[in-house]
Amino acid sequence: MSETVLTGGSQPAATAGGRLLQALRLDPPLLLGLIAVSVVGLMVLYSASGASPDTVINQGIRLGIGFVLMLAVAQIPPRNLRQWTPWIYVAAIGLLVWVAVAGVVGQGAQRWIDLGFIRFQPSEAMKIIVPMMVAWYLADRGLPVRLPHALVAFVIVLVPAAMIARQPDLGTALLVAATGLFVVFLAGLRWRWIFAIGGLAAAAAPVVWMFMQQYQRERVLTFLNPERDPLGAGYHIIQSKIAVGSGGLYGKGWLNGTQSHLDFLPERSTDFVFAVFGEEFGLFGAVVLILIYLFIIGRCLYLAGQAQDNFSRLLAGSLALMVFVYVFVNIGMATGLLPVVGIPLPLVSYGGTAMVTVFAAFGIIMSIHSHKRVFAP
Amino acid sequence: MGLSERFRDHENEQRVFQMRALVAGVIAALLLAGVVGRLVMLQYVDHGHYTTLSDNNRVRLHAVPPTRGLIRDREGRILAQNLPSYNLELVPERVDDLDATIEELDALVDIDERDIERLRASWARSRPFESLPLRFRLSEEEVARLSVSLHRFPGVDIVASLSRHYPHGEVGSHVVGYVGRIDQSDLRRLDANRYRGTNHVGKVGAEYQFENVLHGEPGYRQVEVNVQGRVLRVLDEESPKPGRDVHLTIDLELQRIAEEALAGQAGAVVALEPSTGEVLALASTPRFDPNRFAHGIGRDMYDLLQSSPRKPLLNRALRGEYAPGSTVKPILALHALEDGLRGPDESIHCKGYYRLPGGSRRYRDWRVHGHLDLAQSIEQSCNVMFYDLAYETGIDNLATTYRRFGLGQQTGIDLPGERSGLVPDPDWKRGAMGEPWHRGETVIHGIGQGFMSVTPLQLASVAATFANRGRPVRPRVYQEVTGDGGEPIRAELPDLGSVDVDNEAHWEYIIDAMVDVTRGEQGTARSMRWRSPNVIAGKTGTAQVYSRPDGVEAVDHEDQIYELRNHGLFFAFAPEDNPHIAIGVIVEHGGGGSSAAAPVAQEVIDAWLEKREREAFVPQPFDPDTLLEPADE
Repeated sequence: MSETVLTGGSQPAATAGGRLLQALRLDPPLLLGLIAVSVVGLMVLYSASGASPDTVINQGIRLGIGFVLMLAVAQIPPRNLRQWTPWIYVAAIGLLVWVAVAGVVGQGAQRWIDLGFIRFQPSEAMKIIVPMMVAWYLADRGLPVRLPHALVAFVIVLVPAAMIARQPDLGTALLVAATGLFVVFLAGLRWRWIFAIGGLAAAAAPVVWMFMQQYQRERVLTFLNPERDPLGAGYHIIQSKIAVGSGGLYGKGWLNGTQSHLDFLPERSTDFVFAVFGEEFGLFGAVVLILIYLFIIGRCLYLAGQAQDNFSRLLAGSLALMVFVYVFVNIGMATGLLPVVGIPLPLVSYGGTAMVTVFAAFGIIMSIHSHKRVFAP
Repeated sequence: MGLSERFRDHENEQRVFQMRALVAGVIAALLLAGVVGRLVMLQYVDHGHYTTLSDNNRVRLHAVPPTRGLIRDREGRILAQNLPSYNLELVPERVDDLDATIEELDALVDIDERDIERLRASWARSRPFESLPLRFRLSEEEVARLSVSLHRFPGVDIVASLSRHYPHGEVGSHVVGYVGRIDQSDLRRLDANRYRGTNHVGKVGAEYQFENVLHGEPGYRQVEVNVQGRVLRVLDEESPKPGRDVHLTIDLELQRIAEEALAGQAGAVVALEPSTGEVLALASTPRFDPNRFAHGIGRDMYDLLQSSPRKPLLNRALRGEYAPGSTVKPILALHALEDGLRGPDESIHCKGYYRLPGGSRRYRDWRVHGHLDLAQSIEQSCNVMFYDLAYETGIDNLATTYRRFGLGQQTGIDLPGERSGLVPDPDWKRGAMGEPWHRGETVIHGIGQGFMSVTPLQLASVAATFANRGRPVRPRVYQEVTGDGGEPIRAELPDLGSVDVDNEAHWEYIIDAMVDVTRGEQGTARSMRWRSPNVIAGKTGTAQVYSRPDGVEAVDHEDQIYELRNHGLFFAFAPEDNPHIAIGVIVEHGGGGSSAAAPVAQEVIDAWLEKREREAFVPQPFDPDTLLEPADE
């Protein structure tokens, strides 16, 4: 059996530009989708920041760095990634222990490691490292995955997730857990086990409630009934709904959102940026944006389906679903469907931490897509 | 396990994954469809409901700017204050047609191009829906006219505010400075949050220097507004913290006298209290009216002030640099005594000119002095003595000597923009001009000519050092801060070391010679003898603006073109034995130090000492008992 490594995607590149993207190991349709969302994001941020060029320039620089990061990650062959995975996982767990012992307290939670020149959140990287580890573990154990292996995978997921939840950072913990469990789902765990575990989780909910922090309970209660505390915890959701709802079918027009500009809407550049978008671009704008996201997620799942080994396809698939969770939870939050858990809208929300994660994920997917082996006769 | 089985496994595994990926994709699409359904509910079905809520969303947060602190003189007299005024403001986003609205408003009140330009500039850097000023300081009549028709202009409002006013106008304008509208360069150095709602900031002088103290902290007001953005009622308020008052060491009366003494001439006067360095008066003429800047000076007016040949905006006291001329002679004379270059009674013979050993060029004196000693050469300002001393000292030692008195360095006064003047040496000349030093240049630096320059403030500072017999002081205009927000902050006196001498008697020798300048038979400022009741120790100086080539006839001051006339300089302190005032005076193109600068200095000195005496004499209340009861004897 002889193997040759193709330095490109499955489709032949027709144009010079296509050849260049192939050489850079980038998938043109996915890249196009990412650029489209980034441009929309910069426009909304310009409006949300009160027409501040500084904010847009800062975000533009971050996006630029993000794209470069994606390009760099795309050059790492999945084979190498797979070899490093256990070591990265162990190191990341070590960092989480370090955070718990010597981390910096920021915004009421102990999430940061301060190295003097840089501060970072190990929990953020876990969103990628946990699915990598689960994919690594399940890759050689055959699909569909059998229950004992799935249980080991749960341990791999739940140890870091529990540590992050203790920081306390419930939003990130849930996302880490979800991304890890996606791998198990994509590995083909039997439906009956899935439902059984789902039922167990539902039964455990009251127990979880007992262990929740007061602010987390507040969020759940306020989510269930925002009017409970209109000037306090429910204020975000109510104002966000008013902004989105008053946007109507066509929106109030770019830079013309009154709710966002009259200082009514908090966090309008970060977690609630979708409310600004919905107010100014209306239902049609929102549907277009959601379709672009859906295209990006669908494209990533398709590329995962084309991958040729278990590690690659499981990892790519779970990362695609992670991006979906970001989009779904953020928009769901802004429209009052889901609780306020502080998850940014990928490539649109102002800020750098989550952007690094998202671009690294896209970089891995691009790399998996472009480093395929073909079996030659 | 055979090869074909492994192939089948691979295909099977891929199928399992693809199936699950498809399911996940469909679930994702369904969930996002659910979000879209939610959006349809919010934005289509319940759109009317949320539009109503949005219109009712009326709570806004306004920044309330703090009241700027006052600037007072040393006796508490107000130099800068705030007067109520009315501004015309508008919210551009609330105005349907900005151009048409401005045009209609123009029919009611006068709005010029500059106002419109400024509005557009502030709009560009404002947050949306912020109220922006269009016209400042409306007259009462304009307010009345506008109030009647304001209802026709949604988004336009008359807003009461305070504007800066300088009650004494031009008096002290160079010390107090002025506030002006915040511009791009200010924005870069200011904390935007502290200046929300504030339109003006200190631009020069004390207004700039003490900006931090004067400004205060803004407050916030939560208000309910109607759809046009007009305030209906105040819901919650956090009062601003007003700025604190700054007291300057300036004496307004003395400041006025100093400026009037310079009237009609370009020049500067700096008067210090020698024991503390407190600036009693800091005058620079011509002056300007700071109210023009505070009220919004037009570009035309500003250009005119900038380009005027007499430079009214230049603070000559801090930034004017002039050749010190003969005012350096007491410094060099002290050095000569200390170094033993001349004994106190050692005489030379002045033939009216000086020649370097082996040189042919004649360095002129202003007259033939004949035999005189060091003291007499200060009294009569003999150049030949100091040409020779400079040559004997050498340029490097000469520069060190001058620098010991603070020349060539900033005094460190607490006002912005001070220049350092220049004490040249060979290193400086090589660096600045790329040429070697000539020994002839050393000679003329003995009488303060050549490359050397000083500011009027440095001159006053040298006077204070002589008055204190060697203890320099740092001039300052800051006296104290009062007002809410803490204890009054008082100024501190830094220890600047001293100009040490081996023999204290040398100070008295030089100072006696300086007294002779104003009282001696031959003193260059001897006319003071009859005019002033005070014992003043001083030294005249004349700075050549151009050097007359050999063979060209000297021209009388009156006949000379203004720009080529000499600058007159004078520095002094008084009373000689217990100094209360040290002063430096420069009169540009005033002719000589004795004729132009000394009378100005004398007027200021006499006024200050008379005032001190007046205040020291407290009349005892009349007590009739002392007349009725005989004294115990």
